[in-house]
Amino acid sequence: MKSKPPGDDVDNIIQLKHAEMASADWSALLGRLASKPDKSVYARLFNHFAPKVKAYIVRLGVALATAEELTQEVMLSVWRKAHLYHPEKAAASTWIFTLARNQSIDWMRKQKYPQYSLDEWSETASEPGQGEQSVLSDRVANAIKLLPENQAQVIYMSYFEGRSHADIASRLDIPLGSVKSRIRLASEKLKQSWGGDAYEH
Amino acid sequence: MNINHHLDEATLMSYSAGSLSQGMALVVAAHLSYCSECRERARLSDAVGGVLLESLEEQSVADDMLASILSQLDQSPPDLADQQPVRTPPSFIDPEIPAPLREYVDGSLDQLPWKRIVPGVAYYDMPWEGRGVSRLLRIAPGKSMLTHTHHGNELTLVLRGSFSDEVGRFQVGDIADLDDQIEHQPLVDSQEDCICLIATDAPLRFTTLFGKLVQPMTGF
Repeated sequence: MKSKPPGDDVDNIIQLKHAEMASADWSALLGRLASKPDKSVYARLFNHFAPKVKAYIVRLGVALATAEELTQEVMLSVWRKAHLYHPEKAAASTWIFTLARNQSIDWMRKQKYPQYSLDEWSETASEPGQGEQSVLSDRVANAIKLLPENQAQVIYMSYFEGRSHADIASRLDIPLGSVKSRIRLASEKLKQSWGGDAYEH
Repeated sequence: MNINHHLDEATLMSYSAGSLSQGMALVVAAHLSYCSECRERARLSDAVGGVLLESLEEQSVADDMLASILSQLDQSPPDLADQQPVRTPPSFIDPEIPAPLREYVDGSLDQLPWKRIVPGVAYYDMPWEGRGVSRLLRIAPGKSMLTHTHHGNELTLVLRGSFSDEVGRFQVGDIADLDDQIEHQPLVDSQEDCICLIATDAPLRFTTLFGKLVQPMTGF
């Protein structure tokens, strides 16, 4: 951290806090950047998220040098689009994930990934209360760890390797329908952990 | 808008994961622009992505990346253009075309250069190549699509008119999210032409003899 106040004790406290920062804190920090451009706030977000964004892009199969460039583009857009972020609508990690996802796909396909767009989030009705998004993120994080192996596998293959249902089916040598039902089961468990209603239709 | 047919959870998850083909992602995004219920579900699927991002083991970035970005920030003011998209002057926006589709369709649906397959059935292909099909389909009242099954998934979003099949009745905004378990024959039951945005992730398989004959011609 470049913006440490002087004094060892303060430093230590800040280090500790930094390590323990929960999802809610990053969202609050990004929320601050949303309301006012501030390079020191941005630097803290960068130090936390840039290495994760790069890890994500590398897992998608992008070569290291390109992943580095793409990471820089994604992190630059965090600054440029920060004013569109609403902490009550999404956790910081969610918002940055969607930026990284869209920009990686756009680069890999040379074509814009069709979006219902981040700004439309602000129009969504029945929003959860302020701050809740981040708490919920922590619950989902725990739920992911509890998924059965075969469900976690299809989730990872979808989110981290960008594989289609058909691709997963042929890699795992299981029917398409089994891939879909595993994803549905995993999703049901993860979404239950949000404590909301059932999402079936 | 009253939506009766929604996205399958597995499709929605894969959309959030970024693992849908271009054509399928377009249909999903277009349905989401109609359907607040599915938008709410998509936010949760996106949040799963956020949690997974947070869980990744960090991959170090170049020491000077932050400095390089910070030096660009002064030349790179907040992207205010994003707040008010200026792609199309509002007077030209056709409310019948969902926002994600406007990137690829200029003007109104009626002005598109439709290509006729058989009498009463025409299509307009999306401007990209892929493994599956990605196109607008226009079918006259009383006509039916050929009976078909799929190797993979098929998404059909109604933009105008309505159709019915073995699953139910589909009106504007409704999405039929089907996989290879289903053999179906949609029949247009509206007074006007039915226009749908469709995508498959594998070629369709027609199950009638006629379908098998026209398949090589139509590229379905």
